[in-house]
Amino acid sequence: MSEQTIGQPPAGEKPVAPPEAKNSNNELFRKITQGPGLVSVLGVFVALVIGGLLVAVTDKKVIETSSYVFARPSDFFSQLWRAGTESYVALFNGSIYNSAQGFSPFLETLTVSTPLICAGLGVALAFRAGMFNIGAQGQIIIGATMAGYVGFAWHLPLVLHLLLVVLFGLLGGALWGGLVGLLKARTGAHEVILTIMFNYVALYLLDFLMNTTAFRRPGETNPISPILDANATFPAMTGSRLHLGFVMAILLTVLVAWMLKRSTLGFEFRAVGHNPEAARTAGVNVARTTILAMAFAGALAGAAGVAQVAGTEKVLTVGVAGSLGFDAITVALLGRSTPWGTFFAGLLFGAFRAGAVNMQISTGTPIDIVLVVQSLIVLFIAAPPLVKSIFGMNPKKRVRKTETIKAGAK
Amino acid sequence: MKLELRGISKAFGSFYANKDIDLVVDNAQIHCLLGENGAGKSTLMNVLYGLYQPTEGQILIDDKPVQFSGPGDAMAAGIGMVHQHFMLIPVFTVAENIALGAEATKAGGVLDLQITRKKIREISDRYGFDVDPDAIVEDLPVGVQQRVEIIKALVREAKVLILDEPTAVLTPQETDELLDIMRQLKANGTSIVFISHKLREVRAVSDVITVVRRGLVIDSVPPETSTTDLANLMVGRAVQLNLNKEAATPGAASLMVRDVSVVNAAGTTTLDHVSFEIHQGEILAVAGVQGNGQTELTEAILGTQPVTAGSIKLDGQELVGKSVKAVLRAGVGFVPEDRSVHGLVTQFSIEENLILDLYDRKPFGKGISMNLDAMKKNATKQIADFDVRTDNPLNPASSLSGGNQQKVVMARELSRDLKLFIASQPTRGVDVGSIEFLHRRIVAERDKGTPVMIVSTELDEVMELADRIAVLYKGKINGIVPGNTSREVLGLMMAGVSQEDAISQADFVKADAEPLEAQPVVSQAPPSPHKPKHSTTAEGDAQ
Repeated sequence: MSEQTIGQPPAGEKPVAPPEAKNSNNELFRKITQGPGLVSVLGVFVALVIGGLLVAVTDKKVIETSSYVFARPSDFFSQLWRAGTESYVALFNGSIYNSAQGFSPFLETLTVSTPLICAGLGVALAFRAGMFNIGAQGQIIIGATMAGYVGFAWHLPLVLHLLLVVLFGLLGGALWGGLVGLLKARTGAHEVILTIMFNYVALYLLDFLMNTTAFRRPGETNPISPILDANATFPAMTGSRLHLGFVMAILLTVLVAWMLKRSTLGFEFRAVGHNPEAARTAGVNVARTTILAMAFAGALAGAAGVAQVAGTEKVLTVGVAGSLGFDAITVALLGRSTPWGTFFAGLLFGAFRAGAVNMQISTGTPIDIVLVVQSLIVLFIAAPPLVKSIFGMNPKKRVRKTETIKAGAK
Repeated sequence: MKLELRGISKAFGSFYANKDIDLVVDNAQIHCLLGENGAGKSTLMNVLYGLYQPTEGQILIDDKPVQFSGPGDAMAAGIGMVHQHFMLIPVFTVAENIALGAEATKAGGVLDLQITRKKIREISDRYGFDVDPDAIVEDLPVGVQQRVEIIKALVREAKVLILDEPTAVLTPQETDELLDIMRQLKANGTSIVFISHKLREVRAVSDVITVVRRGLVIDSVPPETSTTDLANLMVGRAVQLNLNKEAATPGAASLMVRDVSVVNAAGTTTLDHVSFEIHQGEILAVAGVQGNGQTELTEAILGTQPVTAGSIKLDGQELVGKSVKAVLRAGVGFVPEDRSVHGLVTQFSIEENLILDLYDRKPFGKGISMNLDAMKKNATKQIADFDVRTDNPLNPASSLSGGNQQKVVMARELSRDLKLFIASQPTRGVDVGSIEFLHRRIVAERDKGTPVMIVSTELDEVMELADRIAVLYKGKINGIVPGNTSREVLGLMMAGVSQEDAISQADFVKADAEPLEAQPVVSQAPPSPHKPKHSTTAEGDAQ
């Protein structure tokens, strides 16, 4: 208490004004999507601890030892520790390194991360422009459909074919996202409703297409496309599934980072995202910015579709997008909507996915625990005050408990 | 009832909004709290009204310590508060609003408004409020709504009434009426805590003036203290209250606004055939009570408000129908009335805000990429030029005080060559020291030959800056008068009285009662409003 500030705070220090409820909705949106990175790290940590506890308390040996916990507590606690940690060790072995395979599991992690990073960037970019892009799923599907079609229906020389595959994939996503932006800008419809509906449209459109002769593999009754031309796929690293698509993901991360930080377009995106009124007054065309932001977001999700169809899967199926579009939202949230944050969040989720299989095989822990941990992460990030209060990061309670004495004077 | 605050401190973290405040409000006393925005007046009153708990100190009523855990306790103890923004439900009647929260009921919980109506009539008659209990609140003028708030407090038997910046929303005439009401309340034994930063009113009505600065009580002085001394106490240094600007040397008419009408989305005509022009090197101030079309007028020129009819020409170039960007490119500098909504992206850094509407122009934007070095250089220069108080241009704009935020907006808009400068409420919520600075900058821009349009609801500001004054009333120009027109005439014109009537009425009032402050009154009849060009020359002659 030696140095107290009295009156107006010195320059640079945030003035503490009486709390105002101005733009509280907008404020909340930003807190959830773009808060400090520490919350993410702590959120992951807490989620892992809870996940570990869940595994532990459902473990057979832990349950057995719990019956004589008071007689021999050491048994119980050592079993608890073993059960809680061995799943994560298995997860680590399956996603990063194990003595038998060396670092090859890590290559698998990178492979799985690639579409997550791309689609996550799409969601993050929309967040930064003030929009909740639930539609990565649909954008991935349309991107993958167009890229896939170009990949198996056309037969072009090396390099050119792959370039066209990528280009059409991006275009497909951009189209699907841009349409949402257009509808929002022109009619004022909310992007959340629009993107959810567009997801269904995209899914059933692909479902329909997969049953046409143009898309279905000849002689096949299942809805599966012909295999993409070798020229149309990303070259893969020998001995693993890792393909050049991962480099694309890195490049896109760099591009988005540059765009947000150093381009006029990114400046417009961020200005509209924070304060569309001020942006409009400053001469920004808000409608155009909305459309462009959604188109770019869609293109990034489309890149995820390309990575799937031209990198990992090499065929187009109805399930090409899996749950990528929704995991991408988690990835973007965890990455606090920053490009590199999203990149590393994508890697983490990729590791979860890649390692989960090994975890189930070697410890019998159900794969679903990974989903639980992922969901917990979202929960903790979406409620930043929760994480902050767990770690005592909240400012001290301001309101002292005071005894209420009814004023007797009158 | 005697109210005493003893050693009140209120801290937010390590920051003290109030520190060791001692204040005694005697029975039937009008006690003014004078201080700049952010000095801690409102925090103190929120402590007194039970909205905040004091960190230290005591509140005493008639020498007995009390503690309030919420406004309910404060009200029960006889403290009433009229907030700056009224806490009324617009679609309810006066009686319903006043009954709300303390409804009288008949058997079976049936609402009994008769009792409330009777009480309202009683109070209304006693003080000459002229308030109909069955009127719908949203249909009432702002001044009357304020009286409803006062009645609300009186019905709850308030012995101490806190008025938080009550005159901010009133016309000069309504302000004078309010001051009369305050005197009557005092005569009936009610104590009043009057919060204001307007020296004229404070001196006219207070018994004691307590000056608050940076959370501390600086001094308590009698109302006879001169405005200069009060201003100095408030700011903490010598303030030049008068701008002493030189007479304008207007050039050719540059901005021509002809028959501009705006009909808003709800179908209401907010601007009705407005015509005026602004010459190079003159300041035209648009005066009027808030909500008479000023916002629409500036937005129509900028292009964010669709114009229904009419033409706006800047140096012969039509602006109507142009995009905002094109209007800005045509050389219009625009300071919007609400900086935090329209003027700044508060989450952006100061550096970014300083180029908010210049980001795609050289040297800041080259094609698609932005030049961060140029941004940094620009920020360093503007921060120094406009004395923006910050230790880092990368801090978010939200970290700045209101005055410094306004400086950022002003610096940005004045940093390029302008053909027209429009500033709405250029000093709203800005401390006295910064007001002086910003006014000088505006006059300097005028002296460079730029036509300047100032929109302000503060009559003091209008009179300080204007070379000519256009009064807006209900979307129409109710006359354009010389800059030295008296406060009384302007006030009447702002209330809708025609220019000629306003002059004769003001003379009558002047002869009848002593004015609050000596003001030069134009003896000569101002030129007719539909020949605004003529009025400039007339004004030049008058001086």
